[in-house]
Amino acid sequence: MLETKLSQDQRKRIDKYTTKTKRYLLGVQGNNGFLFKLCVYSLLIVIGFVYLYPIIYMDSYSFKSLEDLLNPLISWIPSTFYVENYQVAYQVLDLIPTLVETLYVTVIPSIAQTAVAAIIGYGFARYDFPLKKTLLVLVLITFIIPPQVVMIPRYVFFNELELIGSILSFLLPAMFGQGLNSAIFILIFYQFFRMIPKALEEAAHLDGAGNFRIFMTIAIPMAVPAIIISFLFSFVWYWNETALASLYFGNELTTLPIQLGKFNATFEKLYTGDTTTQNINEGISMAGTMLSILPLLIVYFFTQRWFVEGVDRSGITGE
Amino acid sequence: MKQLSLKRKKSLIGISFLSPWIVGFLVFTAFPLVYSLYLSFQKVKITPNGILTEYIKFENYAYAFTVDAEFTQILLKFVRELVISTPIIIVFSLIIALLLNQPIRMKGFFRTVFFLPVIIASGPVITDLMEQDVTSIPSIENYAIFETFLANSDGIWNTILLYLMNNLIIILWYSGVQILIFLAALQKTDRQIYEAAKIDGASNWECFWKVTLPTLFPMIIVNLIYTIVTYSVFALNPVVEHIQSNMFELSTGYGYASALSWVYFLVITALLAVSVGIMAVRGNKKYR
Repeated sequence: MLETKLSQDQRKRIDKYTTKTKRYLLGVQGNNGFLFKLCVYSLLIVIGFVYLYPIIYMDSYSFKSLEDLLNPLISWIPSTFYVENYQVAYQVLDLIPTLVETLYVTVIPSIAQTAVAAIIGYGFARYDFPLKKTLLVLVLITFIIPPQVVMIPRYVFFNELELIGSILSFLLPAMFGQGLNSAIFILIFYQFFRMIPKALEEAAHLDGAGNFRIFMTIAIPMAVPAIIISFLFSFVWYWNETALASLYFGNELTTLPIQLGKFNATFEKLYTGDTTTQNINEGISMAGTMLSILPLLIVYFFTQRWFVEGVDRSGITGE
Repeated sequence: MKQLSLKRKKSLIGISFLSPWIVGFLVFTAFPLVYSLYLSFQKVKITPNGILTEYIKFENYAYAFTVDAEFTQILLKFVRELVISTPIIIVFSLIIALLLNQPIRMKGFFRTVFFLPVIIASGPVITDLMEQDVTSIPSIENYAIFETFLANSDGIWNTILLYLMNNLIIILWYSGVQILIFLAALQKTDRQIYEAAKIDGASNWECFWKVTLPTLFPMIIVNLIYTIVTYSVFALNPVVEHIQSNMFELSTGYGYASALSWVYFLVITALLAVSVGIMAVRGNKKYR
């Protein structure tokens, strides 16, 4: 009934507005309308929150004093900025010496692993030799073999050579391309060197450079992105490895994650018989967890671009 | 003649580039693999003079399945959890990758968030978080929907659902790398295929099933392998812990631990083969 009262002109205008709002809400191509975007953003934000929830929780609890923890009214924001948890956790973790030790046992194997993966990847990418396919398949198979199977013989082997408790038990496999997830790094370098053109290397070859010199002076400088990616990934994976580390390092060396695993025991050892200090509580253990991941968070904050690109560059998405 | 020698020379150089890997493979992977298989058939005793072994046939394996009640149980639990978690990880990371592939702002920020767990998730950190009960969505069991759902469902579904509810965040935390793999593949697919499909009258929904999924199919298999491998070598895995604790137990020792690790290895390989096999057969039927 309404329509009859409208003049031709008004109806036209209404039509125009409805199509405009429709276009705005639903979009022209089906994936750029307002409603669609609203859905995408809200889904991403909700899932993102679920992802970050443990970290936010950890952050909030680590600043809570005992009163705040017991007070049911305080859920997210502590009443005071309470840093004593961190002081206690700092002492329990023995942070600075542990951090130095962790860096020592993660950075050196990571460098070795990256360097060796570069050499092997280059060999696979640039040279033809018999059994190349078989060897490549073997490299991939080493990724599937769980470390637990080779762990015991390696332990026996290192024990004979008295390498248990020394960094060499991590470094030696890394130096021979058998470290943590070495296969992935070899694959990254293989794909990377395959993608860059051979022309420069051929020119250098004509000028009389030897194979090794070509590798060092031409291939390596071009592979800087792959080197950074491999180093960062192996750094993080070595850092987070605790099962093998606690087995191979024994009591001689320790890492932050291992210390975190022993947090409660160390806390009790430090504070038994000391009536002035409190018992271990959520706040303190969350502060400990926070301190142990903080170095990685800082590294990630500055280098996240490389991590994301790393997956792109690995070439598993097919070329 | 000269051609051949040049070729041979080149292949020698290539092999010399590979030599560290070949040596390493023989010393640190192939030999240990054989040696642990050998140990698994032995009773190993550690004496001051070195390791004494005694051939006991399949006794270690028999012990694992008959006497050691704990091992079969945690192995079954591991397999069950893997079978539940893997499809969820794959589907979830696919959804996230599809969302991130839309033309949205702050793409970098969201990518950073979804990859963050890969950086910080070491065994002790996750144990700590589990102890605090933050790995499940807070008080989700109290919501009416779930209450009715739990009340109405029977045993198996109930346990699966409860397991999911309690470990949801950890399961999601496993999907960082997988999201990026899917995303990289999505960004490499040709936009023109979609345009052609649209012109032929395909809706977004049809585009997803008929274009996106088939192009992503190889990546699904890659992610499947990656998920199963990382899930099974993760330090928190009870099977891994059990193997490690048996290594230093006097009554069992290296021989028994080796047998356990071989059983574990075979189980993982079987799981990989079955899941990849199923995917490949179904994929071939559907997409080729």
